[in-house]
Amino acid sequence: MPDPILEIRDLHAATAGKEILRGLNLTVRAGEVQAIMGPNASGKSTLAYVLAGREGYEVTAGTVRYEGKDLLIMPPEERAREGLFLAFQYPIEIPGMTTLHFLKAALNTIRKHRGLEELDAIDFLALVKERAHLLDVDADFLNRPVNAGFSGGEKKRNEILQMAFLDPKLAILDETDSGLDIDALKIVARGVNVMRSQDRAMLLITHYQRLLNFVVPDYVHVLLNGRIVKSGGKELALTVEERGYGWLEEPHARISEEKTAP
Amino acid sequence: MKDIGLVTDLYRSELSRFERQVAGTTPAWMQQLRQAAGARFADLGFPTTHHEEWTHTDVTSIVEIPFTPAGRRPDIAKAELESVVSWVGPVHQLTFVNGHFSSSLSSLKLLPHGVIAESLADSCTIVPNLLEPHLGRYAQHKDHAFVALNTAFLKDGAFIYLPPKMVVEEPILVMFVSCPNGKATISHPRVLIVAGPSSRAAVLESYVGLKDDLYFTNAVTELVLGEEAELDHHLLQQESQAAYHIATLAVHQGRRSRFTSHSLAIGSALDRSEVRALLADEGITCTLRGVYAATGRQHVDIHTRIEHAKPRCMSQQLYKGILSGHASGVFNGRILVRQDAHKTDARQTNNNLLLSEHAAIHTTPQLEIFADDVKCTHGATVGQLDRDVLFYLRSRGIDLENARRLMTHVFGGELIRLITHEMIRNRFTELLSQWTSHTYSESLTA
Repeated sequence: MPDPILEIRDLHAATAGKEILRGLNLTVRAGEVQAIMGPNASGKSTLAYVLAGREGYEVTAGTVRYEGKDLLIMPPEERAREGLFLAFQYPIEIPGMTTLHFLKAALNTIRKHRGLEELDAIDFLALVKERAHLLDVDADFLNRPVNAGFSGGEKKRNEILQMAFLDPKLAILDETDSGLDIDALKIVARGVNVMRSQDRAMLLITHYQRLLNFVVPDYVHVLLNGRIVKSGGKELALTVEERGYGWLEEPHARISEEKTAP
Repeated sequence: MKDIGLVTDLYRSELSRFERQVAGTTPAWMQQLRQAAGARFADLGFPTTHHEEWTHTDVTSIVEIPFTPAGRRPDIAKAELESVVSWVGPVHQLTFVNGHFSSSLSSLKLLPHGVIAESLADSCTIVPNLLEPHLGRYAQHKDHAFVALNTAFLKDGAFIYLPPKMVVEEPILVMFVSCPNGKATISHPRVLIVAGPSSRAAVLESYVGLKDDLYFTNAVTELVLGEEAELDHHLLQQESQAAYHIATLAVHQGRRSRFTSHSLAIGSALDRSEVRALLADEGITCTLRGVYAATGRQHVDIHTRIEHAKPRCMSQQLYKGILSGHASGVFNGRILVRQDAHKTDARQTNNNLLLSEHAAIHTTPQLEIFADDVKCTHGATVGQLDRDVLFYLRSRGIDLENARRLMTHVFGGELIRLITHEMIRNRFTELLSQWTSHTYSESLTA
């Protein structure tokens, strides 16, 4: 069995003074695709942000090891350079910076960190086009400002393209499937399937199981009230789809103000 | 502070010396113009911060430093000078050193027949009839001491004339280089551009200094656009970090003309730049876009005044400021809509990025509307770099310092991207990028 890429032990995290994650455990190994499902406010996005190192999320207890190293002491850029990638649930718009410029700055920083030469304009463009083609994404948005004026689907496609481009060891997709029509969903799924490899781990965070119609995960976990309450194979996703999350609730642990999915 | 009256006297004695020098070398009407302006300057004196237009900009230093007129020959290697002026390659270029025309640093061979771009002093002898109706008519010296002072010393400068229907594709460059030679010097650059009906051209007006030289540039530019003329004007203020730069750009637009101005101000210890546009007839479009960036103890002050005199004109102003260190900025945008000017569409936006807690900006819109049925909007913002964007960049491997630098560049770059002339766009982009890199490396070592 390969060494774990990600090992989360008893993770507690809070944002805005409120504890969201309450003792989360998870191990992800190279080659695996794991899905984390959960209703609104279960802690899905908090987990994604804690792993990526966003400000405003405070880890109060527990450890996260990434390739054996302490992830939590690394600034966000170092995590990215070490191969962690977060596809944002709400990708940020950067008016004034072209997608091409953005990708180039990111890629060359990461290449430098890996001891590779920076790509010149021509090689860079060739690589972008190759990846765009691989994912069946139209490359015409490259000259548009990053995500500015993009539709929801276009933004998510841009995230997938960035993932393919930066070649991460651990990709975390935070509700990348939310709000997509079936065509956009297929593009995202294609991206995940194309990128799936023995050297890479992927963590799909999702509210619905429909992405899992196109991507077959190795494991499915259900996150509820900041804790993983159930783990299983791909069939768990179907059970959740059928029965919702209610049957997994521990009545004594349920926080009244938290909303559960229908 | 010295007695302002005494200082004004000093300028007056310089002025009479100057008048004796140029006596008989310029036409009578120009001499009259100079004398009227000189008398007006003596009455007005330098503005103080009690003057409502100068509340946030203190020109005491300009008053107290004994600036003397800049000599013709700078004590500087020609190669060094060329490195400053020749970045653009072969174009139409008028170069002035310390306010004096330099034919050896200018190149005007490629201009189409009928177009004039030359030293104003030369035009004065050859085509005085083209100058007389315009010179001193748009930049009013009556209410502006610095315009009056410039006009009082009027002799040379740049003159550009486009005959009717003439189209010049390549930008024409007018470059003012200051190298004061160890003494604190003053120069009064003057530009007059007359764009005939249906003509089209682009001009880059550039002010550049070397090292940390101390000098004072007191510039006036007058621009007149005939019916349906189109002019893209670009202004680059790259004075030395110790220099004082005071400039007025006066624009007079004719029926259905289109004027666009792009400015980038990164130099000088103190910069006061005014744009005054008179939309004198119907169907005019006037667009002003500017980026100002200041750091250290720099002070930059942008004053605009757009006067809508007739119906159905459109004006758009978009200015962006980047202030770091202890820099201070002023943006004062005035829109005046006269009683006749119905169906006016006037918009003004001023966005500012403060990179340090010590930097400050005063931004004030002034709308004076005397017509009904007009559309006037204005908005101003002052903010810091967006934390979400910074995190997004960091999550892609870019370190915090670089993320900040990129975002700062992008903030100003958004306006520079809109410049249609590639050579000028690239130059502005490069200069802003150098400015941001320099500013961040400075703040790291501070």
